[in-house]
Amino acid sequence: MPTISRDEVAHLARLARLAVTEEELDLFAGQLEVILTSVARVGEVAAADIPPTSHAVGLTDVFRADVPRPGLTQQQALSGAYATEDGRFRVPRILDES
Amino acid sequence: MTAALMDYDEVLERFEPVLGLEVHVELSTATKMFCGCANVFGTPPNTQVCPTCLGLPGALPVLNGVAVESAMRIGLALNCSIAPWCRFARKNYFYPDMPKNFQTSQYDEPIAVNGSLAVELSGGSLFTVEIERAHMEEDTGKSLHVGGSDGRIHGASHSLLDYNRAGVPLIEVVTKPIEGAEARAPEIARAYVTALRDLLRALNVSDVRMDQGSMRCDANVSLMPRGSSTFGTRTETKNVNSLRSVERAVRYEMCRQGAVLASGGRIVQETRHFDEATASTSAGRRKETSEDYRYFPEPDLVPIAPSDDWVARLRTTLPELPWQRRARAKTEWGLSDLELRDLVNAGALDLIAATVDAGAPAAEARSWWVSYLSQQANSRGVELADLPITPAQLARVIALVAEGALTNNLARQVVDGVLAKEGEPDEIVAAHGLAVVSDDAALTAAVEQALAAAPDVAEKIRGGKVAAAGAIVGAVMKATGGQANAQRVRELVLALVSA
Amino acid sequence: MTRLTRCSAAELAARIHAQDITAVEVTRTHLDRIAAVDPALHAFLHLDGPAALAAAAAVDDGLRRGDPPASPLAGVPLALKDVFTTVDMPTTCGSRMLQGWWPPYDATVTRKLRAAGVVIVGKTNMDEFAMGSSTENSAYGPTRNPWDLDRVPGGSGGGSAAAVAAFEVPLAIGTDTGGSIRQPSAVTGTVGVKPTYGGVSRYGLVAFSSSLDQGGPVARTVLDAALLHEVIGGYDPLDSTSIDAPVPPVVQAARAGATGDLTGIRVGVVSQFRGDGYQPGVRRAFEVAVSRLRELGADIVEVSCPSFDHALPAYYLIAPSECSSNLARFDGMRYGLRVGDDGGRSAEEVMSLTREAGFGPEVKRRIMLGTYALSAGYYDAYYGQAQKVRTLIIRDFAAAFDQVDVLVSPTTPTTAFRIGERVDDPMAMYLSDLCTIPANLAGNAALSVPAGLSDDDGLPVGLQVMAPALADDRAYRVAAAYEAARDDADGGPLVQRVPDLEVAAR
Ligand SMILES: [Zn+2]
Repeated sequence: MPTISRDEVAHLARLARLAVTEEELDLFAGQLEVILTSVARVGEVAAADIPPTSHAVGLTDVFRADVPRPGLTQQQALSGAYATEDGRFRVPRILDES
Repeated sequence: MTAALMDYDEVLERFEPVLGLEVHVELSTATKMFCGCANVFGTPPNTQVCPTCLGLPGALPVLNGVAVESAMRIGLALNCSIAPWCRFARKNYFYPDMPKNFQTSQYDEPIAVNGSLAVELSGGSLFTVEIERAHMEEDTGKSLHVGGSDGRIHGASHSLLDYNRAGVPLIEVVTKPIEGAEARAPEIARAYVTALRDLLRALNVSDVRMDQGSMRCDANVSLMPRGSSTFGTRTETKNVNSLRSVERAVRYEMCRQGAVLASGGRIVQETRHFDEATASTSAGRRKETSEDYRYFPEPDLVPIAPSDDWVARLRTTLPELPWQRRARAKTEWGLSDLELRDLVNAGALDLIAATVDAGAPAAEARSWWVSYLSQQANSRGVELADLPITPAQLARVIALVAEGALTNNLARQVVDGVLAKEGEPDEIVAAHGLAVVSDDAALTAAVEQALAAAPDVAEKIRGGKVAAAGAIVGAVMKATGGQANAQRVRELVLALVSA
Repeated sequence: MTRLTRCSAAELAARIHAQDITAVEVTRTHLDRIAAVDPALHAFLHLDGPAALAAAAAVDDGLRRGDPPASPLAGVPLALKDVFTTVDMPTTCGSRMLQGWWPPYDATVTRKLRAAGVVIVGKTNMDEFAMGSSTENSAYGPTRNPWDLDRVPGGSGGGSAAAVAAFEVPLAIGTDTGGSIRQPSAVTGTVGVKPTYGGVSRYGLVAFSSSLDQGGPVARTVLDAALLHEVIGGYDPLDSTSIDAPVPPVVQAARAGATGDLTGIRVGVVSQFRGDGYQPGVRRAFEVAVSRLRELGADIVEVSCPSFDHALPAYYLIAPSECSSNLARFDGMRYGLRVGDDGGRSAEEVMSLTREAGFGPEVKRRIMLGTYALSAGYYDAYYGQAQKVRTLIIRDFAAAFDQVDVLVSPTTPTTAFRIGERVDDPMAMYLSDLCTIPANLAGNAALSVPAGLSDDDGLPVGLQVMAPALADDRAYRVAAAYEAARDDADGGPLVQRVPDLEVAAR
């Protein structure tokens, strides 16, 4: 039976960029454990030689011609933005990548 | 803070260097990888965007067929096998320049695997680099950091995002660990990137401009103590933006890691940044949590299953590849091994071939690239290929000379104009009035003037000393600033004297 | 004369196209009905009366000029689930995260509706980002079930189903990831169809779980659903998973089915979906429905699909996994809510604060569940294994459809539950989708058609009809035949027995 600790929930919340509260850590730890225990039943199925299905429809090789299509204007692109500056999306300072 | 460095020879005495190179190449397709936005450089911010590449809710990707073919052609040219079935996966991590907060990438199912690329070293020997994979992915947007010192990320108050580049098709070519390079490791790294660049250029799939970021190299370096058979911990150096930097970054990392290991330290698996100015690498920000990209197959795209016929057809579209071109240069242009190597080292071979393909005679093409243009590249401190003149433009200049419309001297002025980005050769000729003057009325006047100024020479010619006409021709050429058609001037001199 | 709001879409369209009534009159009547009952129901998140009347007037103008109607549904009012993008209305997905977001583009479904002259009156309420089975997870408050205002209308598309059941509109669009069209239809006495995956474009449908999501029609009759299916269905080059084939002839099948003969049709009863966990009244209504199919000439056989027992756990791994990735884009950087940007915090901190404030508890729960299931150490045991179960479910369907033409089951294990009853018990909530999930995992067609009222609580029960991929027409044929027989036996469509809300609203 999978158990999930408060620390693990905190780790998941960090990965998922959710600034969860202390109360939520307790709540989610309990609920996730119940849900995981239930869904862990997929493990009962003997499926070692069964191929996984990622796509329900068996399509392959769907391509687009390399021909430009009109997109959005700068104004449309920025229309939903919280803040803009010089035609760009203005966001808080970014921490260094990697 | 500069790191302690071990002497290069000592590094090699005590350790064997192991390299790994990951090269990202932006494809020069007309549109982006998953949407119909134009794949262009240098337009105003957020003008080459659509719901898909902006990651707007509800938008979906559709794969660019030409990008897939480019990836397969690159794979074939690198002697890879083309996967009979492969998919895209989502690489999940949050970063503001990535609009969906996942990158769509061929994680564990690359389209091309297990290839090799033979690279030529300075002594003329060949070194074979094994290729692990070539796979497709998408580029990120660009961020501009405001408020810090000179636009750097540290100390910035906020950032500005432009997604014109988001979704531009990328091919990542990854080598297998390169062992046995020994003292030549830095040189091999550079030669590999050079060879790959030339190959991609021959395939006409990318601009391969390292200075503009359309080709980017990450260099993985580790040291294995002599006598050991397990690889050391590697570092990954990013931001290596020129061929020269590839060589310098590898060498620096070897010396830095040697010093760390010798002093009993441990190499940390990390990303390092190469600083062009100091030719050194520095550690990036360390993450407090280990990265977990939670890859899974991209449900919005369907698998790619290239048929044998399709692969075979693409194989027939492969152009002359660099090593094939070298063989042809020797047989058709009659070059010696030494001459050929000099051309290859100067980065001139492909340019000459392209100029020949554009209609110029091999001898003229070779002469321009190895002499005048090489001097120009040296004085500007750039690679020959990065000069702002195309083989087609040079071929046009050569053609104008052959037609008699330009003298060699004028041709150089036209080439200078192209290098100064004044336009196409014909435009420059017109704009500067550089064309050879063949207008008889203008020339006749100039010849008459010259003859009148030198009656003794005129008399000699009349007396049968035809060679003396050269002096008059020279005077006319001088008077017209070199723009006169010398052949016609000579004819006029002889005609006027005997009249 | 039947009140206009009580007419089917087919009847309204016929009268509009005959210029017996105007589309404007039809739209105005429905807007009046919405004004009267929606305060009690809360099916709509956004209404645009003036735009709807303008669209209706354009249809009337065309008809007056003698132009043929743009489609068989031109001039008919429709409610669009607030998960499809619209340039002229906000698209919130029932989330605070997207409060006030006006998309700069129309979804393909939106575009097709407009091109067909269908009059979009507004956007309907839903569980946040389509995650839920009761519409209680909407950031804008729950929608109520017109049959009993203390009960849920199902979810996630409770707004669309309630709007249709309460005669606010004759047609609505829903989306179905694990049952979000069929389950609300079952508990509101309406017809809801999940087309074959790839049959209706997902371009502009804000993704919950990309490999499962499918848009589809909600209506009061099988024929109306079929007419709407043909308007929104078909190949879309902007959706890589769109099927490049003609829409199955669902209208023709619905008309043929209505003649009432199912002789020679083989109907399989899924043995996994008739056990103890089912409300007795639902079970009895289902048995009555099966006997009615037998009376219509169908051959009834019991079919076992053992993997269906694992469909629910597989679904609750696959859907949260995909959602954890699909919803990553909601970070406050480019659109939607931004919280905590005080000039000092980093983008990373602002993203976390924004997502914490913008998402409700069920969405957060699923994001974390999916993040867990995709993590390096757990992928094979959870996500990978769930994808294998998916293969087994596809094989069970294939084997079943070798023996029978369609499969039937109750659409839901219970009738509509009370508001608040399951909010603190996610697993109990998840069981609502027990019978509908297999068709999402396999991608085949399935619908829910009203099957009378449960004799223990007097609330609607749904009959689910499942057909193979691209054989949507088979499900329509069986459902239409069943609908005609049931209406004959009961003296009229079930939904006409819904309580009069105008009285309740006052
Ligand atoms: Zn785009």
